[in-house]
Amino acid sequence: MTKYETVIGLEIHAELQTASKMFCGCSADYASAPAANTNICPVCTALPGAMPVINARAVEQAVLVGMALNCTINPHNTFARKNYFYPDLPKGYQISQYELPIASEGWMDVPADLGEGTQRIRIRRAHLEEDTAKTFHRGDHALIDYNRAGVPLLEIVTEPDFRTVEAALAYATNVRAILRYLGVNSGDMEKGVLRFEANVSVRPIGSDELRTRTEIKNLNSFRALTRASAYEVERQIKLYESGGEVVQETLGWDEARGVTVSQRSKEHAHDYRYFPEPDLPPLQLAESFIESFRAHLPELPEAKTQRFLRDYGLKLQDAALLASERSLADYFEAVTAQTKDSAKVVCNWLTGEFMRQINDRALSVDSIPIPAAHLAQLIDLAFDKTVSGNTAKSVLVEMFQSGRAPKDIVEAQGLGQISNEGVLKEMVIKLIADNPKEVASYLGGKETLLQWFMGQVARATKGKADPQAVKQLLLDEFEKLRK
Amino acid sequence: MELSSLTLRSAQEMLRSKQISSVELTQAMLDRIRKIDPQIQAYVTVTEDVALEQARRADERLATSENVTPLTGIPFGVKDCLSTKGVRTTCSSKILENYVPQYNATVIDKLADSGAVMLGKHNMDEFGMGSSCENSAYFPTRNPWDLTRVPGGSSGGSAAAAAAGLGLFSIGEDTGGSVRMPAGFCNVTGLKPTYGRVSRYGLIALASSFDSIGPMAREVYDVAAVTEAIAGLDKRDSTSSTLPVPQYTQSLGKSVKGMKLGIPKEYFVAGMEAGVESAIHKAIQQFEALGMEIHEVSLPHTKYGLPVYYLILFAEASANLARFDGTRFGLSVRDGAEDVIDVYLRTRAAGFGDEVKRRIMLGAYTLSAGYYDAYYLKAQKVRTLLRQDFEQAFEQVDALIAPTCPTTAFKIGEKTADPLEMYLSDIYVTATNPAGIPSLAVPCGFSQGMPVGMQLMGKHFNEETLFQIGHAYQQVTDWHKQLPPLG
Ligand SMILES: [Zn+2]
Repeated sequence: MTKYETVIGLEIHAELQTASKMFCGCSADYASAPAANTNICPVCTALPGAMPVINARAVEQAVLVGMALNCTINPHNTFARKNYFYPDLPKGYQISQYELPIASEGWMDVPADLGEGTQRIRIRRAHLEEDTAKTFHRGDHALIDYNRAGVPLLEIVTEPDFRTVEAALAYATNVRAILRYLGVNSGDMEKGVLRFEANVSVRPIGSDELRTRTEIKNLNSFRALTRASAYEVERQIKLYESGGEVVQETLGWDEARGVTVSQRSKEHAHDYRYFPEPDLPPLQLAESFIESFRAHLPELPEAKTQRFLRDYGLKLQDAALLASERSLADYFEAVTAQTKDSAKVVCNWLTGEFMRQINDRALSVDSIPIPAAHLAQLIDLAFDKTVSGNTAKSVLVEMFQSGRAPKDIVEAQGLGQISNEGVLKEMVIKLIADNPKEVASYLGGKETLLQWFMGQVARATKGKADPQAVKQLLLDEFEKLRK
Repeated sequence: MELSSLTLRSAQEMLRSKQISSVELTQAMLDRIRKIDPQIQAYVTVTEDVALEQARRADERLATSENVTPLTGIPFGVKDCLSTKGVRTTCSSKILENYVPQYNATVIDKLADSGAVMLGKHNMDEFGMGSSCENSAYFPTRNPWDLTRVPGGSSGGSAAAAAAGLGLFSIGEDTGGSVRMPAGFCNVTGLKPTYGRVSRYGLIALASSFDSIGPMAREVYDVAAVTEAIAGLDKRDSTSSTLPVPQYTQSLGKSVKGMKLGIPKEYFVAGMEAGVESAIHKAIQQFEALGMEIHEVSLPHTKYGLPVYYLILFAEASANLARFDGTRFGLSVRDGAEDVIDVYLRTRAAGFGDEVKRRIMLGAYTLSAGYYDAYYLKAQKVRTLLRQDFEQAFEQVDALIAPTCPTTAFKIGEKTADPLEMYLSDIYVTATNPAGIPSLAVPCGFSQGMPVGMQLMGKHFNEETLFQIGHAYQQVTDWHKQLPPLG
């Protein structure tokens, strides 16, 4: 049986978080609009005579993303009209970039398909365009809300370089992280600010032909992207195996049924009749303008991961997790700078109990409610053995609930750990005196009873005794009895 | 007051010296429109209420002498392709029969700010597609010089109104001669400014890379004064120029002695009406008498001007007209429609005239996969050559002279059966638009009783030179003072 290789190319449509729309002054924040058709004007509803004006902020954001994706930023780029009729497209054409996009020929490294190392994914282009309106169906009526019409979109297109669905997912995840790092997109896929389109084909392993591909449009989550791509790979393999041929077509993804469905075959494919947009002169970006953005480019997830490995000695998985979100990475470094304990301990906190609290409370790492100084203080309390590890965890829960500083919580609730040796020693001596049977049994060789003795102390102190100190005291006393 | 011969400049003097108020002048114009326009049908919509209100406010300005501009209190009309807030804007199309814009074109705002008084909206060929004003979906406009003849197009209503004294100036729009050709047919002075000189914001686009809004009036002074008021950078039109606007009326009166006038030899070939040719030659002699040097120049790619113009126009127009779909404004044919796309089809089938449909189909075709390179792209390449022709000519001369049309105004119905012959009437005026250069149409005589127009073409953003030459000509001729035989 022929073994097949997956060939995937990805298109990512990312809305840019500018204040105004791509070609007019209307607010681009359609999600906060008070009602349908309130963020609109003659330009974005395509009234006769209205003309587009390029949003400079969208251009700047596109330059930043292009740089982050290792693209060439083109000093001379042009807009074009992409012509088709659809109710969500008020002008009857979309203003996009066709022949000369703002960014081209970039790349990104993703983990290699097998084993170690990385694979380089070529990015063909990134271009600016405008989003469409939203259509709704009520009974036999179609309703249109133009609040989203004209919101800036950046379309990022790769070459068909992915050989696994996992590689495509890794790339998409990383692009989302980069967009969030640059502050140009919230990455909030439930709101539709990031949409994927996968071009999928399969071919016998060893072949380098590009076979007929299908395009799966409007994938709105990582889950949809991976499921739809995997389904399509399987479908195509089965088709070839049964002697069939793949038809070039546009597919949709039926999330509920878990299948791709045909939307348009090649014969009915649009001829978009692209031509240069005469209402917009070519966009000329001075070299100095482009270069001024290089300085603005923040440290990106990949570089940050490497630095965390190098500077803090974290494990790759942990470093990558912390670096995946700029706010989390910044938080990690702020806490590390303020605590007596090590970066690794801070990392354990953040990737463990802290992240659980964030997730359980449906909070975002963009708005962590605990000041870094407070978490550093909590880690110090544990480091100083003022509280035990378990107590520290419950203090953290209390910090999330009340927002109070850990020291205040520990003091108010008397949670301080008993590490005063005098007090503990008294308790241990009394415990041994009160339980002669268990002591004899322990000395007779049943050493597991040590846990029982420790448990008794813990119960008596309500968990505030430093377990290491208690253990040592018990061992010391037993040693004395043996003599 | 003799309204039929009144110029903008003389009206200005009367208003400033308080011989007449703007309300009186406006009311007189409205009365004249009511009396004369039924024969000519230059106006699609008369905005009496707007006009009288603007006139009242102009009179307040004139009374205090505050904020008075050369256009304060001056009544005008505008081609019905410029958006006017609250006033129906039809492009003489059924598809916009009841369309009332929510906003003003920048030019309309500028004129309102200057204190000009809008009398109404002028008839035109539907969406500017035509050379005779017969393609209006409502009615043809008639030439004031002979009511059986066309006024030219597509700004036919604007030219006829200016000629008949139904407004002291008109705002026309020239995509490929649409100001100059009817100006010539109707014996008025009209400017196609440099592309980008006047904001297109709010102009219902025909061919976005050609469209140029320009004034039409009795004489060069009037046209220069209006150009000064409407030109300039507009942040809402990214193709508008950042160059400062000169004070055009100030440069009038300078001698043209020693200036060089070019005669493009390719424009003077067979096919020109004898009376037109002789009128142009007499004008050339007149310029010589004014001390200008006359040179023959060559514009070698002239024969490609018309096809390049039409190919690019079809392409741009096909996209510009896509928004007329019956969902947000204008005509919407929903009865019997199966779905939204069916509403589009029915609306466009019912709303667009034949010439509009013809051009949309041709445009979509020339942009289609497999044809784009052969038609649209090639046309854009030749467009560069046309532009270079002019640039090279302007290294030798200050301006070029040519007729605005090979013939005088033709009979209504004479060319409607043959679109190609209609296209040929634009042969002298189309090349300027792909090149983007300015061109001033000036009356220069008569052929068999009908007016003949010449055009003076100049360098990009050099309207001043054209005004200077045109004004000098009008100081020694009185063709522009001839009035049509109206009651
Ligand atoms: Zn808008």
